[in-house]
Amino acid sequence: MRAAWRMLRRDWRAGELGVLAAALVIAVASVTSVGFFADRVGQALERDAHQLLGADLVLAADHPWQEAIAKQLRDSGVQTAEGVNFISMALRGAETQLAGVKAVSDNYPLRGRLRIAAVPGAADTPAERGPAPGTVWLEERLVSALQAPVGSTIRLGKSQLRVAAIITLEPERNANFFNIAPRLMMNVADVPATGLVQTGSRISYYLYAAGTPEQIAAAQTKLKPQLDRGERIDTLETGRPEVRNSVERARRFLALTALLAAVLAGVAIALGTRRFVERHLDGCAVMRCLGATQARLLMLHAGEFALLGLMACALGAAIGYAAQLGIGSALAELIRADLPPPTAWPALQGLLVGLVLLLGFALPPLLQLRNVPALRVIRRESGNLKGGAVAAYALGLALLALLLVWQAGDIKLGGYVVGGFAGAVLVFFAVAWAALTALSRVRSGSKALRYGFANLRRHARGNAVQVASLALGLTAVLLLTFTRNDLVDAWRRAAPPDAPNRFILGVQPDQLQPVQEFLRSHALGTPEFYPMVRGRLVAVNKQKVNEADYTEERARRLVEREFNLSFMDAPPAHNTISAGRWTPDGLSVEEGIAERLGWKLGDELVFNVGGETFGAPITSLRRVRWDSMKVNFFVIAPPAVLAKLPTSYISAFRVAPSGEAELRALAAQFPNLTLVDIAAMLRQIQAVTDQLVAAVQFIFLFALGAGLLVLYSALLATEDERRREAAVMRVYGASRAQVAGSQRVEFLSMGLLAGVLATLGAAIIGQILARRVFELTLPPSTMLLIAGPLAGLALLSLNAWLSSRKVLRASPALTLRESV
Amino acid sequence: MRDIDLAVTSGEALAVVGASGSGKSTLLALLAGLDTPTSGSVRLDGVDLFALDEDQRAALRGRMLGFVFQSFQLLPALTALENVMLPLELTNVDDADARAREMLVRVGLGERLTHYPKHLSGGEQQRVALARAFVVRPKLLLADEPTGSLDAQSGSGVIDLLFGLNREYGTTLVLVTHDEALAARCARVVRLVAGRIAQ
Repeated sequence: MRAAWRMLRRDWRAGELGVLAAALVIAVASVTSVGFFADRVGQALERDAHQLLGADLVLAADHPWQEAIAKQLRDSGVQTAEGVNFISMALRGAETQLAGVKAVSDNYPLRGRLRIAAVPGAADTPAERGPAPGTVWLEERLVSALQAPVGSTIRLGKSQLRVAAIITLEPERNANFFNIAPRLMMNVADVPATGLVQTGSRISYYLYAAGTPEQIAAAQTKLKPQLDRGERIDTLETGRPEVRNSVERARRFLALTALLAAVLAGVAIALGTRRFVERHLDGCAVMRCLGATQARLLMLHAGEFALLGLMACALGAAIGYAAQLGIGSALAELIRADLPPPTAWPALQGLLVGLVLLLGFALPPLLQLRNVPALRVIRRESGNLKGGAVAAYALGLALLALLLVWQAGDIKLGGYVVGGFAGAVLVFFAVAWAALTALSRVRSGSKALRYGFANLRRHARGNAVQVASLALGLTAVLLLTFTRNDLVDAWRRAAPPDAPNRFILGVQPDQLQPVQEFLRSHALGTPEFYPMVRGRLVAVNKQKVNEADYTEERARRLVEREFNLSFMDAPPAHNTISAGRWTPDGLSVEEGIAERLGWKLGDELVFNVGGETFGAPITSLRRVRWDSMKVNFFVIAPPAVLAKLPTSYISAFRVAPSGEAELRALAAQFPNLTLVDIAAMLRQIQAVTDQLVAAVQFIFLFALGAGLLVLYSALLATEDERRREAAVMRVYGASRAQVAGSQRVEFLSMGLLAGVLATLGAAIIGQILARRVFELTLPPSTMLLIAGPLAGLALLSLNAWLSSRKVLRASPALTLRESV
Repeated sequence: MRDIDLAVTSGEALAVVGASGSGKSTLLALLAGLDTPTSGSVRLDGVDLFALDEDQRAALRGRMLGFVFQSFQLLPALTALENVMLPLELTNVDDADARAREMLVRVGLGERLTHYPKHLSGGEQQRVALARAFVVRPKLLLADEPTGSLDAQSGSGVIDLLFGLNREYGTTLVLVTHDEALAARCARVVRLVAGRIAQ
């Protein structure tokens, strides 16, 4: 080991290891930054688990619990509490704000504590029980939005309620990790008086239970078989699956992004090690001459790399630790929880990644050093490095693929990522190679062009690797900058200027005329109101529907939730029938959901609405433009069936900025209505997206760093050769300008190629995202088309400048003598 | 190579001369056990080189042989001192540093210990190579065109040093060259023609 340490010091001093170390540091920093951050969030979830539920057991449903179940729970000897959650408008004077209402019984929470304060920012104190009847507690955000300090009175539905405290902490607050509407907590006894629980409202009902573990287990066993659709049991063990799932999804996404940097670093390590080995061939031959055995040589170099790896990994982990603070602050608005300091586990994970990269990408070329024949000291040509066969890196590639699959969490997603990545690399590489070869055939009068193009072919493989890796890194950057903005713009543009900007929900049948009259008399227009009935899909073609039958997450969610059904005599004017015919006795289904759930014309769907079931065949499919912001329905049923069921009305209309006062009057006159400001909602979604993007961009910085490192190491790899070529050219009379010119042509063609490839990659991915995910049309972006190739050109110009400076400064005589 | 029958006695200085491609370098490689013959044997101090495996030959080289090459073969990442220490370190000698310093002083480079090869002239580089060859007190020194890359003046300085050290340490010398004048300084000259000994 001492000898290895000595070697390490000497090689480091000679500048042979800088690229390798930097690649390792970047890879480990990238992986550990995400690891540390995910670790902290995970610990916060774990820490709060005891009060996560506010109870030992929670029954949750999207409809009121049957008394029979509640009675069984009470009879089992456990303590119980109840809660109701819904979204509603809160009003105070001229201010209105959508609030996330949580109404709880007196004894809530059964486990954990609520914490409240009297003034925003003041020290909070634990509360013995929930809000008393007639009072509400508001989250600080809501206090400022409504300008409703403690002691003031706000209006919720038909009720006037006094603000009694500012709520700073509640159990189940992890549900707030990604919550948009600020919390309003009230007493459940006040809910009926608000008049907000009515037809068409989307409300969650909770029963909380606390008791001895035996009691809880018994209750759980007894109740589980009785659960119906839309009902579930949460325990400490299952936690709040939706929170855990979304955190886990975010972690996976970030981890995969981080591994992108690791993959690129692997390429840099492979290139760097190859150069290291090439430059050490002679030295090893000399050492063999001087009596070093093969085993000794291997031990020396393996030891040297192991020491380098350990130190680089430690530095990488330290940088990763610092970087996770950055991710944390990027997401600070989103994660409203104190995160505990991370454990050391992610550092070990980083070490593992570093080890994999080192083993997989440095060991294969290093092993060749051992086999250098001592004869090389006399015959230089013997024992030259074998070509960088892909097979030699099979171990590293396989290990990396395993890492990716592991981080992705399941084989399918991991497979997609590995496949997608490999596919992109191969396509980029193939296109780059083909283009470089084609370019090299170009005959030109200019000497610089001719030699430059000739160089392209001579270094075709190395150059293609450079172009492909640069294109990959650039694609990621372009996607995050231009394509993201283009998508947002396209989304904004997709809504016509006169598109509705307010939704009005929960209009009861007896309010329909007064509300329409109000809108008309206050110059808010005469929008169409659509009847809406909430129903659960129970069967398709006589087959009982089960969420578990659907693999796709979105499909599962669609089936699990209640559908908003409407009925009308003729199809909405803003929809077009794309298949089948509109009939008065059949269902008309939006074509997107039909495709997602695998429904065809003629399939019979059965819905359950408030205990009554009805079925009808699908007779038409409709094409819907969701971005029109008009009211649209997945399923429209025959009026004959639905008209007699409990109905509420929904509409969308446009309000000019000057119409805010009228809106407040509307909310004041019909306090049970929910008015949704679509623009504000979009702004909030945009703010959340921006934060997520900021965090992702942070990690992409590592990927970009790794990409540049690949570029640099690829340049270094060909530097000796370029220098020799330049020397030969100069010996035969080429001027410095000519040599520099030919190199410039070579680099600039590569930069342009990489830029074009990255632009195409970003544009294609953007189109796929636009069509498949966002259902938008994305016009080609001129900015992207200009900026992409320019970025490629700029990066390689810098490269060309750096390289030709070095190459030209070297004296040709010295260069040629060195390379004898 | 064909029909080579050559014995070199301890302390003898032998020159191998011949035209380019006559087999000089191959003979040297065989003597050092760097290359293996299709048939025949090489005995070094009574040990049959080709009865040993590659690693055993390497160990034997480390113990008994010194090399000087036309292209110096210094390690570019190591300083002059470290280059000379290298063979001692490879055989785990304790006072590698002191012995290497002493040797470099002996070849007149006491002031250049921390210089890298690229900062040394050709003559100086070859003197470092000589120091590296002699620092292990080899029984046999194999020199391959030691002045091939040097101008006449620094070449003759290196050669004087080479013969001086050779006498001082009583080393057996096999010197490959196409320079007749240099060959004449050795006690015996062997001429190779198309892989055979001509005289």
